Amino acid sequence: MSTTLSAASAKPRHKRVLPGFGLSLGSSLFFISLILLLPMTGLIMQTAGMSWADYWYVITDERVVASYKVTIWAAVIASIFNGLFGLLLAWVLVRYEFPGKRILDALVDLPFALPTAVAGITLATLYAENGWYGQWLAELGIKVAYTPLGIVVAMSFTSIPFVVRTVQPVLEELSPEEEEAGITLGASDWSVFRRIILPSLWPALVTGVALSFTRSLGEFGAVIFVAGNMPYISEITSLMIFVRLQEFDFPAASAIASVVLMASLLLLFAINIWQARYLKRLHGR
Amino acid sequence: MSIRLENISKTFGQFQALSPLSLNIDEGEMIGLLGPSGSGKTTLLRIIAGLEGADSGRIQFGERDVTNLHVRDRHVGFVFQNYALFRHMTVADNVAFGLEVMDAKQRPNKTEIQRRVKHLLEMVQLGHLANRYPSQLSGGQKQRIALARALATKPDVLLLDEPFGALDAKVRKELRRWLRSLHDEIGFTSVFVTHDQEEALELSDRVVVMSNGHIEQVDEPAQLYAQPNSRFVFDFLGNVNVFDGKLEQSRLNNEQAWITAPSSDVPLSNGQLYIRSHELALHNQATSVANLPLKVVAVNPIGPEVRVELEPYEWQSEQIWEADLSHAEYDRNPVKRGEIVFAEPKNAYFFREGCQQAPEQVSWDKAPQTAHVK
Repeated sequence: MSTTLSAASAKPRHKRVLPGFGLSLGSSLFFISLILLLPMTGLIMQTAGMSWADYWYVITDERVVASYKVTIWAAVIASIFNGLFGLLLAWVLVRYEFPGKRILDALVDLPFALPTAVAGITLATLYAENGWYGQWLAELGIKVAYTPLGIVVAMSFTSIPFVVRTVQPVLEELSPEEEEAGITLGASDWSVFRRIILPSLWPALVTGVALSFTRSLGEFGAVIFVAGNMPYISEITSLMIFVRLQEFDFPAASAIASVVLMASLLLLFAINIWQARYLKRLHGR
Repeated sequence: MSIRLENISKTFGQFQALSPLSLNIDEGEMIGLLGPSGSGKTTLLRIIAGLEGADSGRIQFGERDVTNLHVRDRHVGFVFQNYALFRHMTVADNVAFGLEVMDAKQRPNKTEIQRRVKHLLEMVQLGHLANRYPSQLSGGQKQRIALARALATKPDVLLLDEPFGALDAKVRKELRRWLRSLHDEIGFTSVFVTHDQEEALELSDRVVVMSNGHIEQVDEPAQLYAQPNSRFVFDFLGNVNVFDGKLEQSRLNNEQAWITAPSSDVPLSNGQLYIRSHELALHNQATSVANLPLKVVAVNPIGPEVRVELEPYEWQSEQIWEADLSHAEYDRNPVKRGEIVFAEPKNAYFFREGCQQAPEQVSWDKAPQTAHVK
């Protein structure tokens, strides 16, 4: 003990603001285990009681499979919409000065702050056939509330901040010189956007859209109020989990949840790997 | 292609960045815009490029009026101080960019583009780096690539904004020489911005000295050095000692110190003598020409000349004086730190008090006591 101590004190030590590697990594891992890994293990444990056949039976139930499709499609559409609209919003917030900019900037976070059930109820009232939006849309023959379209609306509402908040800082750091260089070389505005700006934003945008997508996969509160929850048509996977829970069928609920979990994890890992490669190019090895 | 600027002005809010100014640049000339930061040199360059719009005035490239022409149609090459390379593209793609975004009608075909990129990269001596990304290059290499990219579309005019500002001294010197030879080889008209007087004087055919949004002087480097026409240009070109004197009994006096006034065929007045550091001789006692006691603060014998820093002794000057002596001169009279020495000017420039005109060149002959105005 004493020898290691003297050996350690003999070496010059770098003073850091944060405690050393061992302590900081240790406490990080501890908290990750406590609040992330342990609950997930619990989830797996719940399903461990089931046989593979049972597991397969539960997760491939016709109604559940229909809910996967609805959820994935709605999440895909919602996150693509968020990708476009979120990019636009981030662009406006970074590139232009206008009165009320700070308020708009703060409003972007509202979907995070608002209880999702509140959002769901509000959307349902707005888009109902006699609601503010609903009555106009009804005249055009478009029904939003209590249809899959309502699911898309609710999902994009709750997950738009992901796109804005991931793209915004990258956009702020983008040097105007690169754009100017593009223009002096004769590029049109569209070429500058597509060939210079977009490739720089791409990693952040894809991450934002992926986060928005995974969030939409798991969204429950906002969606169920506006979805109508008709079997095979507008039932989402989270609802199926909820239904199983209400039947006190914990293993089945966990089984379906594990599918959602896997899908989200795979997607996030894939994005991370891709992004690391892409950024390596930008910032050198 | 020649460039004509007429009455160009620009304000940013309340700040007058450029007062109306005119400038003619001949075809194939290399022009250096020299000035301290805030002098408007970069703004002028960006207005020539079209990246900034002038509030008034006209710009002509050759016979073409480009005043209201968009940047992308002006056909200029622009090189930025921090290179502004496209980070997500390889070196070759960066250089090819200008060719690839051309209209389908004008755009060369794929093999032609590849051929030209290869040629350009060889021209900047970086052919072996074609497939690297900008983040893998050194500063000097990046700036060469930026130059190759700007030259790819064969622009009429090449504009460079502090092109070597971010590079270390050695690389800067090397790139400077290389740019000049490239310019002489290809013959484009170029304008570059710098705050380094050495760079401006060494590289340009003519130097445009700017301050506070004005053009102070436009001249060839040798002419600029021989005849600076204002106090500002003098100060900015560096290494000058200022003697602020009051005329009394044909001497310019400053407390205990005095210098014999230049000859009397021109009416004399109070004023300032600007004396370059190599135009001073140091003696152990006052001479008939001058009584300028100075205290030696530092002696730096490194280089072709011995640089002696001097502090005015019993008289006033805003700045420390400097004298550059030849080694032979120094060896004859090796002054030491802390000693009091007496300086004698050989040649100087005289600015009359309250007068904004160009200075008069004066010199003191060795033999007689009189000096005369040239």
